[in-house]
Amino acid sequence: MHILTCIKQTPATDNVQIDAVTGTLKREGMAAAINPFDEYAIEEAVRIKERVGGDTKVSCLTMGPPQAEEALRDAIARGADAGFHVCGREFAGADTWATSYALFKAIEKISKEVSPVDLVICGKQTNDGDTGHIGPGLAAWLTWPNVAYVRKVEDIKSNGTGQGGTIVVHRLMEDGIDVLEMDLPAVIAVIKEINEPRVPSLKGKMAGKKAVIPRWDAAALNISLDHVGLKGSPTIVSKSFRPSMKTGGTRIEGNSPEEKARKLVEKLKELKVI
Amino acid sequence: MIYDLTDEQQSIIDISREIGEKKIKPIRMEYDEEEKFPWSIVEELRKADIFGVYIHPNYGGLGGGGFELVLAVEELSRFCGGIALCLAASALGTFPILLYGTPAQKKRWLPDLASGKKLGAFCITEPEAGSDATATKATAKKDGDYYILNGTKTFCSNGEAAEIYSLFFSTNPARGARGITCFVVEKGTKGFGFGKKETKMGIRASSTYELTFDNCRVHKDNLIGGEGKGLFVAQATFDCSRPGVASQALGIAQGAFDEVLAYGRIRRQFGQNILSFQSSQHMIADMATAIEAGRALLYSVTKAMDKDLLAAVEASEKSGAFVADELRKGSAKRWTKESAMVKLYCAEMAMKVTTDCVQLAGGIGYMRDFPIEKYMRDAKITQIYEGTSQIQRNEIGMTITKELAKK
Amino acid sequence: MSNEQSILSIPISPETHKDVWVYAEVRHDNLIPTVFELLFLGKKLAADLNEKLCAVIIGKNVSQHAQTLIDHGADKVYAIEHDHLEQFVDETYAKLLTDLLLKEKPNKLLLPASTIGRSFGSRVAVQANTGITADATELSINKEKGGLLNATRPSFGGTLMATILCVRGHRPETATVRPMTFPRATPEPGRKGDVVKVPVDLSGFKPRERHIRFEPEVSQEIDISQATIIISGGYGVGGANGFNALHDLAKTLGGAVGASRRAVDSGWISYRHQIGLTGRVVRPKLYIAAGISGQIQHLAGMNSAETIVCINKDPEAPLMKLATLSVQGDLFEILPAINKELQKCGFGAK
Repeated sequence: MHILTCIKQTPATDNVQIDAVTGTLKREGMAAAINPFDEYAIEEAVRIKERVGGDTKVSCLTMGPPQAEEALRDAIARGADAGFHVCGREFAGADTWATSYALFKAIEKISKEVSPVDLVICGKQTNDGDTGHIGPGLAAWLTWPNVAYVRKVEDIKSNGTGQGGTIVVHRLMEDGIDVLEMDLPAVIAVIKEINEPRVPSLKGKMAGKKAVIPRWDAAALNISLDHVGLKGSPTIVSKSFRPSMKTGGTRIEGNSPEEKARKLVEKLKELKVI
Repeated sequence: MIYDLTDEQQSIIDISREIGEKKIKPIRMEYDEEEKFPWSIVEELRKADIFGVYIHPNYGGLGGGGFELVLAVEELSRFCGGIALCLAASALGTFPILLYGTPAQKKRWLPDLASGKKLGAFCITEPEAGSDATATKATAKKDGDYYILNGTKTFCSNGEAAEIYSLFFSTNPARGARGITCFVVEKGTKGFGFGKKETKMGIRASSTYELTFDNCRVHKDNLIGGEGKGLFVAQATFDCSRPGVASQALGIAQGAFDEVLAYGRIRRQFGQNILSFQSSQHMIADMATAIEAGRALLYSVTKAMDKDLLAAVEASEKSGAFVADELRKGSAKRWTKESAMVKLYCAEMAMKVTTDCVQLAGGIGYMRDFPIEKYMRDAKITQIYEGTSQIQRNEIGMTITKELAKK
Repeated sequence: MSNEQSILSIPISPETHKDVWVYAEVRHDNLIPTVFELLFLGKKLAADLNEKLCAVIIGKNVSQHAQTLIDHGADKVYAIEHDHLEQFVDETYAKLLTDLLLKEKPNKLLLPASTIGRSFGSRVAVQANTGITADATELSINKEKGGLLNATRPSFGGTLMATILCVRGHRPETATVRPMTFPRATPEPGRKGDVVKVPVDLSGFKPRERHIRFEPEVSQEIDISQATIIISGGYGVGGANGFNALHDLAKTLGGAVGASRRAVDSGWISYRHQIGLTGRVVRPKLYIAAGISGQIQHLAGMNSAETIVCINKDPEAPLMKLATLSVQGDLFEILPAINKELQKCGFGAK
């Protein structure tokens, strides 16, 4: 079977800088890495490959600036077989609608030119956008069934690349677990609980360095410029700002734990939170 | 510092660091406290191809030399010197086979050691034979195609965990030092057992065992390097393995230094950050300089050694002769002095640096809730095993005297 | 026409879209509490626009909830009801809601930022060719821009707030709304409203996604996403047994137990309890953090709590500085003392 993970290169730091003029994230010079949630997606794809065996292969797809290619090489180091890069100035500023559309067009191309994709795995969300929209959005374009917040792949049966099969997954709900079965091809978005990602292997790293990664712009994907990037996005960020952080709270002092506890409970009553 | 590393070497560092950061750091205190062997990390190192970095590709390794091994051990030791020992001790057990193994022996054992499927171990020490290996009492008596092993070996790192043991027995007690022979004994061989598990001051995640031999029969195909050649095998092994101990020491020093800086950045006393006191700055300067000096010495010596070693390994793959013999055939000199210098310097440096790190962190440094004291406990062993610092000085001094005599 | 073409050819005509819609999520026969928060918010937005507030509800026997929704402010309720809809299945639910949106043309659509809402909202948004904002915490009508929806949301783990606008006329402007962010609508029993039973024809539809079973969470504890009080433990708790002190206090206060990533990764408590960037985002009235230093990843999950209490040995811990009230000390002394003090005041008594 052919498993494809969608990954994103995101800032590896929590100390984000905001451009005072544009109000957007300053990405220049910032250390970047694979979005941490996508590591679970890559790991799950590799584990399914190890489980299913045969000629199963794992491809990785990203959309991003030229340097995002590093994330694909890193994914190969972590067990993926191939990487594909959607890249071009025209994609800049894409919201989740335009991003999922571009990724969908790339998946169509991969299915046609490489081999039909049976399963798309996304991370739960990115650590910079936090939306979680791409997995379900891709499913809408692909017209495939999808499940998000997957904590376990219970079973997967493939009838060969592009030949169908089924997957049984566990979805983490607020009140328990929903177990769902889908026909392949399908899309899942996975959460942290699903696995513990491996560290790259030396052989993987070398393969990652050597891999030839195709780079596709809008023309290569046959996408109208009306539907890409900022111009093709239904939504825009009209402003961004740092939230005011709470500081300067009150320190509860006391000579014993009991005294501290009493003063704290008094305060909490004053604040009417208990 | 830029050390002109190849892509492979940089990758070894990156991968080892990621294993250290993500896998070792969260468990090291627990493994130290409970003296647990780090099987979960062995599995990570296996998956990452780290066990084979210094082994020839014909056996599934990366094809690097001692330098590649040193890079991995240093990086892992930054996070836990005890856990890193699972790799370094396995290499120590592998070197006798690598240097003095016949083509058949190499084919038999190296692939599993390179993949990490099996761990190696090495043991020459006995209750009565520590620094003085010539006092070896354990015996191997010839019986047809077999040898019968009897006696006790102590302080075996990776003991019980390892499958493949390089061990030293006297085949001819009358000949003393020239009667010592190296054998590979596999775990599970009848008559080969494990005695006491040692409890230690540091490197507590590493297992240290007593090995017992009670009429243990091994085939003559397990004999390494020839009867009576044991001390040559051991010496050649130490030449290759002492930089491994040095890299463990270096990593421990670097790790303690990283921790103390991270703590120092947030600790304030007398209204200012503790790192801003000049007394602290001088300590930091001395530590950073000593660490970098150790690294420079270690890297330059291992790189120089590898030039000869890799050529000899390649030649041995073609000729079928021992790597050790190919080493002697070439222009190669012996590396005893330099490898002793590297181990001596890095071990002494690590002890000093980790002690100073505890000092700089004050009460916090001494507390077992924080990792700094553990680095100090772990550093101590590097001054002791594979030849104490005193033995290293002997080796260096003796070599210099011999060199003078030749002039 | 391919699916892609049919999405792209959905006309952009904002002037034909009216009313504020709320997706009234039903989970195991009950409306989830966030629905009432959405009704509160939706009422306000609808009043600002001078439009109606409508609720849409999907499931089996769901029209039983129609009057409740009307009581809480809905002027109209669309009930998509069918025996096959007992369980939430993305593919089927998304198809039915999309069909209704394309037919009825609402102006705004709010969904709970619950597991269901977040998963299915984003699929619906693409299928209906519109823009969506995830996990919004502030929503208002932008009067200068002709009544667009200002949807403000935290991103980058809460370190950056972004206001999203759907400027190119795509409708309905859709947002998922973070639970516990808005007050709940107060009911007016007997309020009048319309109930529209949407005809459902699933005869030609062959679902490729099937719900097999539900495994309820066995513990009787309150779920952190719905709790008004959370007692959360970090690495300082020291082990699984250490969490007992937190459970005791949670019981007295009627709260839930949360945990930091380090506590979960150490295997002391299950992932379900994890709060933070890689866990869940909570917004309780009271958040008591015990033995949590307050790494940015954790703060992302709880920094919008109304009142934060931090108990830590280390006075320099980041969370000690951020907390509304901080107590320096050993959590194993302080927590039982608080528990005792509360019990003295009558908390936890049955």
